[in-house]
Amino acid sequence: MLIVVLSGFLFAFLTLLSGKLVRNSLSWFPALLPLALFIYFMSYIPVVAAGPVRFHYPWVTSMGVDLDFKLDGLAMLFSLLITGIGTCIFVYASYYLKGNKYLDRFFCYLSIFMAAMLGMVLADNLIILFIFWELTSISSYFLIGFNNEEKKSRRNALMALTITGAGGFLLMAGFILIGSISGTYSINSLIASGGSLQQHALYGWMILFIFAGAFTKSAQFPFHFWLPGAMVAPTPVSAYLHSATMVKAGIYLLARFTPILGHTTSWSTTLIIVGGITMLYSAFHSLQRIDLKEILAYSTIAALGTLVFLLGIGTSNALLAAAVFILVHALYKAALFMVAGILDHETGTRNIGMLRGLKKVMWPVALAGMLAAFSSAGIPLTFGFIGKELIYESTFHAPYIAVILTLIALFTNILILYAGFQAGIRPFTGKLSGVHQHLHIPSFRLWLPPLLLALLGVVLGIWPSLVDGPLIRPVYTALGETTILSPLLLWHGFNWVVVLSIVTIIAGCLLYYLFVPSRSYIPLTDKWLHLSPEALTVRLGRAFIHFSNRYTNLFHNGFLRSYVSVIIVFITCLLAMKLITGVDVHFDIKTNISDIRSYDIVIFLIIIAAIWKSISTSSRINAVASLSVVGYCICLLFVIYSAPDLAMTQFTIDTLTVVLFVLVLFRLPPFLKINDRRVILRDSVIATAFGLLIAIIALEVMNEPTTKDISKFYSENAYLLAKGKNVVNVMLVDFRGFDTLVEITVLTIAALGVYSLMKLRVSSTTKE
Amino acid sequence: MKSIILKTASNYLLPLLLLFAVFILLRGHYKPGGGFVGGLIASIAFVLHSFANGLQNTRKLLRYPPGAFIPVGLAISLLSGLAPMLIGKPFMSGEWLSVQVPIIGLIGTPLFFDIGVFFVVIGVTLTILFTISESIL
Repeated sequence: MLIVVLSGFLFAFLTLLSGKLVRNSLSWFPALLPLALFIYFMSYIPVVAAGPVRFHYPWVTSMGVDLDFKLDGLAMLFSLLITGIGTCIFVYASYYLKGNKYLDRFFCYLSIFMAAMLGMVLADNLIILFIFWELTSISSYFLIGFNNEEKKSRRNALMALTITGAGGFLLMAGFILIGSISGTYSINSLIASGGSLQQHALYGWMILFIFAGAFTKSAQFPFHFWLPGAMVAPTPVSAYLHSATMVKAGIYLLARFTPILGHTTSWSTTLIIVGGITMLYSAFHSLQRIDLKEILAYSTIAALGTLVFLLGIGTSNALLAAAVFILVHALYKAALFMVAGILDHETGTRNIGMLRGLKKVMWPVALAGMLAAFSSAGIPLTFGFIGKELIYESTFHAPYIAVILTLIALFTNILILYAGFQAGIRPFTGKLSGVHQHLHIPSFRLWLPPLLLALLGVVLGIWPSLVDGPLIRPVYTALGETTILSPLLLWHGFNWVVVLSIVTIIAGCLLYYLFVPSRSYIPLTDKWLHLSPEALTVRLGRAFIHFSNRYTNLFHNGFLRSYVSVIIVFITCLLAMKLITGVDVHFDIKTNISDIRSYDIVIFLIIIAAIWKSISTSSRINAVASLSVVGYCICLLFVIYSAPDLAMTQFTIDTLTVVLFVLVLFRLPPFLKINDRRVILRDSVIATAFGLLIAIIALEVMNEPTTKDISKFYSENAYLLAKGKNVVNVMLVDFRGFDTLVEITVLTIAALGVYSLMKLRVSSTTKE
Repeated sequence: MKSIILKTASNYLLPLLLLFAVFILLRGHYKPGGGFVGGLIASIAFVLHSFANGLQNTRKLLRYPPGAFIPVGLAISLLSGLAPMLIGKPFMSGEWLSVQVPIIGLIGTPLFFDIGVFFVVIGVTLTILFTISESIL
């Protein structure tokens, strides 16, 4: 299983290495990876139908983070969607982006995304889930911004990353909270101990953080706006990420946590409200759009809202409906997106007003579009019909406010039908316009994938038992449900639910025939635009950048002396406050101070003289030299008080520092005698306060009863464990060797920094 | 700084100081010393040489730019940490040969780690000093 999850990452790397091949003759080759994975997962269907399969690979066991994977019904459904639709998308993209000079990069990002998605749905450990969750955000950033020469692409990609990244950040907090309260990061153990977290005092925070992650990822109101923006991505990306897989990651998360955190009032109410608002808001917005992909984007948000809404209702019926609707929606929406992409690719426009009658010139595409539209409309004999029936079934029998819930679902379904017809039927019916006469059927690599998906929607509609037992029931079980529900059927008999379906279809068709979409509706909502979540987010972002600029300019003003004084004043205040409030300072001459010997006095006098020289001199080189005298005197003290290692290092460092100073002195302006008494006074106050404070701390350290365990351990074990007699060195290279490794890396970075800064400066002066 | 005395002396001092640096490096595990101090002493030797003979000559003497020491040192340290993993021990566990080598003492992964530190310190110090002095003079 580890190989299966990681294969995408490996493959991405290989794709980059063989860039030329992938760009030219072998562009279909990457599609073999998702296909192979799809077949692999298919082979697990009978096993998973019997019960979940678990895989365990130890990783950081000491921190409870292991590479645990679990293939249960929910993971299986998503894995099949990811790899199955992935295969279609890979084939489709190989022609859609033919000739693009970055096709190899595109497949690289797409493979990474697929692998991350697989890892996320299979993960059985919260931390692993989170890592893959973030990887999907990052890879989708690259995919949305694939046309990175366009400003809009870059902006919208950044917007999507910001929103999903912020959600991911909160999600991490939620996972850590759950992990530290329950004492385990394993999802399996969390489900096993199900119900205990709901009573915890911090339950509210847990679901808040989980919701933040799920709602941002699955584009729920008020975080929905990144999804229409993400439509700047190439259409294969929109079809794959933004309809079938990534945006469902939030749904997956909510479904996964339903047995752990769900079935409480706050859980259900929040999901119903947020899902409901999202449904209505985006369904309404899809009416105003005339761009094919935007219409589909808004209807996708509406569908995601429906899923959240169903999970919120949380009855057995609703969970079954959600499981079915995930599959229904992925099939028809990916197909519709691909159809929209073909139209864009062939005609160069996505404006639905300009696309008519294309059935005559590209019948396979028309067939795919119409079948997908029928499934989205829920016409009988399609899988969409079954999905819609189940949705009405669950709202109709909801435990509370059933009428309102049903009305919301009805309204949304009518508009989803409308959006599906606009994208799948309108472009193909009517009279073919003159400019499109010359078009002909595109390559089968474009039309076959959507047609396959759309046909599958019909096949499953006629024989729902094909997926019912093997695929849908395990999902239902994975959601923690045990009630036996009747199997999926094409025809349940005549009841209110069927009436609702008929009303949906009639009302949707009327809307489709009577309502003429145009740009003229946009001004209706334009005056509210400045209050939309998107505008508010952009304003917040601007304000943040403004604040950062002001703040940075205040403290990062380019004067070293001001940095030094700010740092020292800050430290002084902080330490002084701690000393005054928290430490009982007392000082005893007899016990704290060892006998003063003659050479101590000599060294002390030399230091005093050197300090006096360094502050009174008017030559820089004198000041540096006298400071180095102070340094050497301190080394002498180290030698006397038996710290030879420290003394050695201090000697050499001091020498090198003086060399450095002497080098720099050539560049500095001649020494300025500071005459401003206020500056002298200020600096002397700061210096004295800091010096006093350090002295007090140094003396106080003697009083504090320190635990000697650590130093005792080191001195006792240096020879036994590390075969060394010099404890300091043994600590550096053995006991704390990892620290040293990081430290020398930091040194390297510092050297690189100095090198590049100095070289950069030289080149800029030569430019002048 | 053109002083014949310094120039002549530095020619003798450079090998001596380098020898001393290596001595300090190797004795580190038993007596005061170690890779860090050793590296600093070696860099001082080169800095002294550059003062007496000019930076260009020191660069010629080194053959490679001083920055080249850094990746070499980092690689030695990292590999010495990774080596125990080959025999199934955790990262950076100290492994020693049982043979006692004269002067050096025991040979083990921490020794190589220290040698890596030695090279990184030389590289970093010389890079910083040479870069600054070149950009300034």
